[in-house]
Amino acid sequence: MTVTPVEVRRRLRPADLGRLASVGIRTRKLRAGLSALGIAIGVAAIVAVLGLSSSSQAGLLAEIDQLGTNMLTVQNGQTLFGQPAELPKTAPAMIGRIAGATAVEDTAVVPMVSAYRSPVIPSIDTNALSVQAASLGLLGATGDTTAHGSYLNAATANEPVAVLGALAAQRLGIDRVYPGERIWLGNQWFYVAGILNPAVLAPDIDTSVLVGYPAAKTYLGSDGHPSTIYVRAQTDQVDSVHALLAPTANPETPSQVNVSQPSQALVARADAQSALNGLFLGLGAVALLVGAVGVANIMIISVLERRSEIGLRRALGATKGHIRTQFLAEAVLLSLIGGAVGVAIGALSTAVYASSKGWGVVIPVLAWGGGLGAALAIGGVAGLVPALRAARMSPTEALWSM
Amino acid sequence: MTPSNETIPVGIGIDTELGSASDAKGVPPVLELDTVSKIYETTPPVHALRGVNLTVHPGELVGIVGPSGSGKTTLLHLVGTLDRPSSGVVRLLGIDVAKMADADLAGLRATKIGFVFQQFFLAEHETVLDNVADGLLYAGIALSERRERALGALERVGLTTRPQARPTQLSGGQRQRVAIARALVGQPAIVLADEPTGNLDSATGQSILALIDELHTEGATILVITHDRDIAEGMPRRVEMLDGNIVADNNPARPLPIATLNGNHPERVEGDPWPSGGAQS
Repeated sequence: MTVTPVEVRRRLRPADLGRLASVGIRTRKLRAGLSALGIAIGVAAIVAVLGLSSSSQAGLLAEIDQLGTNMLTVQNGQTLFGQPAELPKTAPAMIGRIAGATAVEDTAVVPMVSAYRSPVIPSIDTNALSVQAASLGLLGATGDTTAHGSYLNAATANEPVAVLGALAAQRLGIDRVYPGERIWLGNQWFYVAGILNPAVLAPDIDTSVLVGYPAAKTYLGSDGHPSTIYVRAQTDQVDSVHALLAPTANPETPSQVNVSQPSQALVARADAQSALNGLFLGLGAVALLVGAVGVANIMIISVLERRSEIGLRRALGATKGHIRTQFLAEAVLLSLIGGAVGVAIGALSTAVYASSKGWGVVIPVLAWGGGLGAALAIGGVAGLVPALRAARMSPTEALWSM
Repeated sequence: MTPSNETIPVGIGIDTELGSASDAKGVPPVLELDTVSKIYETTPPVHALRGVNLTVHPGELVGIVGPSGSGKTTLLHLVGTLDRPSSGVVRLLGIDVAKMADADLAGLRATKIGFVFQQFFLAEHETVLDNVADGLLYAGIALSERRERALGALERVGLTTRPQARPTQLSGGQRQRVAIARALVGQPAIVLADEPTGNLDSATGQSILALIDELHTEGATILVITHDRDIAEGMPRRVEMLDGNIVADNNPARPLPIATLNGNHPERVEGDPWPSGGAQS
């Protein structure tokens, strides 16, 4: 008896597998759509949360970039005995001689003086505002701008005239500048010349009431020792200027000088994740889990409904592996469609929100890649049991016990 | 054992089976059952088949007839390699099925066995052409070639006008023709038809039987299972079953294959006498 080996164990072609995997989805579109929706919602939530936080971060970084990362701040430190140290009056001029320092401006806290809306406000209600003498070019160094009115000039610096930082104006209840607007400062009226915008790189200024150096000396008894010096350095020389600032500002005791680069702190803050992100990511993960259960459920029902199809395919020569692969691929395809839709929704909502805020649209690879990857994994896990069931099904029972 | 001459749409493997087999000892039967029993391990156990012997040679058209419960469907399961016997040997094309792994049996079904069912089992979302082409899906053939061969198979069953129609747009008889085309498209060594006219009115059923007869004339090996004696009466060979046994076989002898008429006389197969003038189509 001749035994001729029959050619067996044929593998499905990728195109055929694609057609097979989409059979259930094509024939029951609404059901497939609904079960993919759970995955889509989960992935959309995750992509949107990651995309929005990245976009807002990108927006903040862009703002910092615009303000410049080349600003350095010199502040008085503490003496050996814990007392506030003083910067020499000559410090700004000395720093101005450092090669690479392009702008040097300074402010001096006027001690023991607070600003009030009127003389009848109790003196303890200081609103945590400070009064500072400021040099005339301060805005050029900090990158700040005036929101209303104008900044101090050579004339108003000598007179009882004040300019309010953004928060200071808010806390004093002044939102615009009109002739005769005044505040009570050190037992005398000061006229308000202007209100500043929030100073991102110099938040101290936001809570300050600024007056001219001569006025501070004349009306408030300031000694004129600068407390903060704002230095702009050439971008390529920031580090070398940074190194020279302390010894230049106070050659006798450089250790009593604090030098910082405010933009670095902001970048660090931009990198920090908000706690809410974690919450929303968690919600997205829960939605994904529910979506996975939905896909598994649909696949199990599908396997039961399609008994005769499974039996027929076995009769046409499908191996258990072919059947397993078909249903696993269908589950994965279903999840991937959900994942792709979710990525699209998440990306779209990120784009809309970021554009409305004027941020750049950033959708990190981790977000969309992770979303699709999660969908893939979910499809695989959710489809495994139904696929194994389908493969285990006896072809004779599937075909003849109708 | 891939058919070497695939341009002949009418050949159902018979020529090539003979061609390769006659180089060796002789023409192997398409199908051999040797004291095959099948017991379903239910409570109480059901003895569906009790030591059945059956040999089917290339080119035969066999009607297996019996009342329900006679074991004819179980016989179809075993012959179609969808199930394994409890004891005894099932040989397809000379190969002992018991020695093959499940995946190999699937490959055998993909290439050597065609099924026709009472309920047609057509995919409603696919065109007629693709339904037929699916008969080759698991044989590792590209879609374009599957469709090309499907057109040929549709031609053989007389359905060339609407290859792009959906099965739901067809009449019952047309659907069964599609199903038969699907069974034929892979040029199998044997076609197993389970009550092929069971869901059809008698006139349509007659046309399907006529088609089966015509395919048989062209050389196809076909096993028809039916409970209807009248249908079996029209078959050249009738095997009657009752309670898991074959109780009558009007022509157990081997027919002379077509090829032998052309002067190709293969030697006898041992243990299975080769009659000088068997019935044939």
